[in-house]
Amino acid sequence: MTGVLPVTLEDSTKVVQALLHSGKEYVCVMKLHGDVADEQVKSVLSEFEDTIYQRPPLRASVKRQLRTRKIYYLNFLEKEGRNVLFKVGCEGGTYIRKLCFDVGEVLGCGAHMQELRRTRAGPFVEGAARFVTLQDVAYWFMEWEKSKDEKALRKFVQPMETCLALVSKIYIRDSAVDAVCHGANLTAPGVVSFETGIGEGSMIVIMSLKGEAVALGKAVVSSEAIEKMDHGVVALVKRVLMPRGTYPKCWKSGED
Amino acid sequence: MPRSAAPWEIERKLVVKFEDRTNLKYGCKPEERPAEEFMRYGVINLDKQAGPSSHEVAAWVKRILKLRAVGHGGTLEARY
Repeated sequence: MTGVLPVTLEDSTKVVQALLHSGKEYVCVMKLHGDVADEQVKSVLSEFEDTIYQRPPLRASVKRQLRTRKIYYLNFLEKEGRNVLFKVGCEGGTYIRKLCFDVGEVLGCGAHMQELRRTRAGPFVEGAARFVTLQDVAYWFMEWEKSKDEKALRKFVQPMETCLALVSKIYIRDSAVDAVCHGANLTAPGVVSFETGIGEGSMIVIMSLKGEAVALGKAVVSSEAIEKMDHGVVALVKRVLMPRGTYPKCWKSGED
Repeated sequence: MPRSAAPWEIERKLVVKFEDRTNLKYGCKPEERPAEEFMRYGVINLDKQAGPSSHEVAAWVKRILKLRAVGHGGTLEARY
């Protein structure tokens, strides 16, 4: 298997959980075990464009219990003999090998996964500006060590905030940043702006006005409610990302 | 039943409650972090080749960059 594999460095490893929940996209070659008409393959593939049930395969790193996964889209690209090329957008944790097997069962002839390439992992896309190979990493890092020119570093590394591009954001005042860094829950007066589509309980990221990720959190109210609130808790802090003391402390101890 | 939208197909709008400015004395725009910090709070969008496992590839990145820790988002099977 080849393709997009986001690698988080040191402190940014904390945001990896946001990536695991964002969707994935693959291009796959499926090998059919019998001759089937193109139209039939297309029709069966589209049946899987839904919430599907999957039991993780024998060789899996998770508990083998039946679970559901969403297939956002499943597009037939081409067919040559018994090889079928398709593109699939799905929820993280979907086994494409299993998907191919199941498509084969519905077709009646059987099928297996021949080749797989990940073209997307959440916000990370194949062919994007800083999409690099291991060789590129080794080369640019050597250039950086030789020249100490930061440009070389920025050729292959990008800020951890990229990982959070698909997570709903709440931007807060400078004066609220350090309290959040100390684990305090986010309250309405600290909110400057926010994105639409936040629901009760959804994962959010608390951002500074400079676009730095401050903490991952869980919204306790929806976007609509945040707009109207002038006091009260907006989001619980789950994972602090910014070190304490980056911004000045603007709260008195002993006060709420 | 209409299919559900992929996370990257969802459009979000920014709602501004207050106009506020940020003090440039504190913090730093992500793209402008100094080298060492930029690395520490960095991520690599890697094109994994066939053969090694995701864990092996992450370990190689760690060794090449002489880092303490790396993580990766979503295992890709090693084979092929």
